[in-house]
Amino acid sequence: MAAIAVTSLLVLSACGGGDDAAGAGGGEQTLNIVGFAVPEEANNAIYETFKETDAGADAAGEPEGSYGASGDQSRAVEGGLEADYVHFSIEPDVTRLVESGQVAEDWKDNETDGIVSRSVVVFVVEEGNPLGIETWDDLLQDDVEIITPNPGSSGAAKWNILAAYGQAIAGGASEDEAKQYLTDFVGNVAALPGSGRDATTAFKDGTGNVLISYENEAILARQSGEAFDYVVPDTTLLIENPGAILEDADPIAQSWLDFVLSEEGQTEFVKKGFRSVIDDLEIPEVEGANDPADPFPAPGTLLTVGEAFGGWSEANAFFDEEDGFVTEILQESGKAE
Amino acid sequence: MTASVAGLGGRSMRMRRSVAGGGLSLASGVGLGTALLWFSLLVLLPLSAVVARATTGGWGGFWETLTNPSTAAALRLTIGMAFVVTLVNAVMGTLIAWVLVRDHFWGKRALEVLIDLPFALPTIVAGLVLLQVYGPKGPTPIDVANTRTSVFLAFLFVTLPFVVRTVQPVLLEIDRDVEEAAASLGASRITTFRRVILPSLTPAIASGAALSFARAISEYGSLVLLSGNLPLRTEVTSVRILTYIEGGRNGNAAVVATVLLAVALFVIVLLDIIQRRVTRRG
Repeated sequence: MAAIAVTSLLVLSACGGGDDAAGAGGGEQTLNIVGFAVPEEANNAIYETFKETDAGADAAGEPEGSYGASGDQSRAVEGGLEADYVHFSIEPDVTRLVESGQVAEDWKDNETDGIVSRSVVVFVVEEGNPLGIETWDDLLQDDVEIITPNPGSSGAAKWNILAAYGQAIAGGASEDEAKQYLTDFVGNVAALPGSGRDATTAFKDGTGNVLISYENEAILARQSGEAFDYVVPDTTLLIENPGAILEDADPIAQSWLDFVLSEEGQTEFVKKGFRSVIDDLEIPEVEGANDPADPFPAPGTLLTVGEAFGGWSEANAFFDEEDGFVTEILQESGKAE
Repeated sequence: MTASVAGLGGRSMRMRRSVAGGGLSLASGVGLGTALLWFSLLVLLPLSAVVARATTGGWGGFWETLTNPSTAAALRLTIGMAFVVTLVNAVMGTLIAWVLVRDHFWGKRALEVLIDLPFALPTIVAGLVLLQVYGPKGPTPIDVANTRTSVFLAFLFVTLPFVVRTVQPVLLEIDRDVEEAAASLGASRITTFRRVILPSLTPAIASGAALSFARAISEYGSLVLLSGNLPLRTEVTSVRILTYIEGGRNGNAAVVATVLLAVALFVIVLLDIIQRRVTRRG
């Protein structure tokens, strides 16, 4: 597909007779971006800037973008969907492509360990926070009805469950106590929608009263006019979305990844509510944030999957269909009713 | 759509006719070849792949999958609800078809068009609409969000047109003279319906019911927003399949899919038998 597109563009530019390829949209290399649903707008905005730079001079006018549920997109690339660059919600979706030989083993060997965008787990609450939800323990109140996406069918939903479990451990709980916290937490869950976006939709239409979500998702929803508040808990989990280029990608893909990780690239993510992978990035005003002038308050304790759980292969085992404790807790909650 | 669905109603009759025919002419040979190739590429090949994938784990794989409490509960919920919905559809669908064919009222044409809407609406939109109307913030006092009733409701919504659209054309074809003859011979309206009309409608009702059952057990989009996907309570089979795929357990996913296929096949055959019985008795 890309080969055909490139060939036809070559023919076109040959006919044009030595036009300068550096003009806007005059490049001939098509970048196929495959990603999870959320960063589409940010990626498109970054691309607009990218093709004005020297490194992006050969880039075609528009990227070929495909966005959807992270796991589905990863499986699609494994199954043959054309991709030069992938941007997923969780690391195991890139690991799948490493195992299939499509992404280099050393994809994490860069300054950001393969991460291209960040966020944190937050509580989305009704306007004015009528239940006064501030901490993870507040979620165990009797009148709380939690909405969080289904960690079985949505890979991205695992961030929320890991945050709930990890914060208990970070607060000094033993593993058993943390599992007990998770059991109580799940006991208050009113719905487990299929994806993060479904969860937001269900919440907007009145299901539950606390939505466990990602800061960027909350900010994006508020940017598009939704009237709800969000709370960044004092202890929370850092969401790290990986990005990688494929082994047989067009040469432009590496320049693209470098640009995504540059200050200009990261600024576009920040505008859409993501946290930057560059710690000292100058943060512009972010509409939709609780405080647009200081959009990303630092939580007291910020957990990472690497430090709190020893990485994704360990964390993923919690969710195993046969013997993962999260799966067991979810099943037990069903029996309790 | 209507024509092809209606065609299924006469399925058994046509099959008998083709078996009775001897050799094939060139034209019908090419026709049959094309049909078989088409059917194989679109249906047989993908379905065999699913079944083949499911059996790689052997009986152990089946056992492991089907004894998983969430999967077993999801299968029970999905198949049970699909049965109930199919029964409701057989009655309500026939009633709606009857009203559309036999009664004349203002807005009939509009209703006729609206019946097909559940077919045309992307299921996720259907789910969103159901949530907004029958969810916690809906204008109705009915709130079925995150309950099993929501699964029932979503199934009903997406399967409504099947029986209506299979029964309607058959009802249009029925000669009213026969009914009048029955009446003149002293049959009550109920007897006429039971002995004269119902036997001619049964094949159409049965194929509509089979379609609506098969559609219901595989439903996903229209209920994910409303049902809440709660394990052992409101989680349906398609969500279980997704969960297995997301967890990299394609074998288990194929097992569940194969069970659904087997159940669908069983129900289609069962309905065919019932349909033959009723038709013969009439």
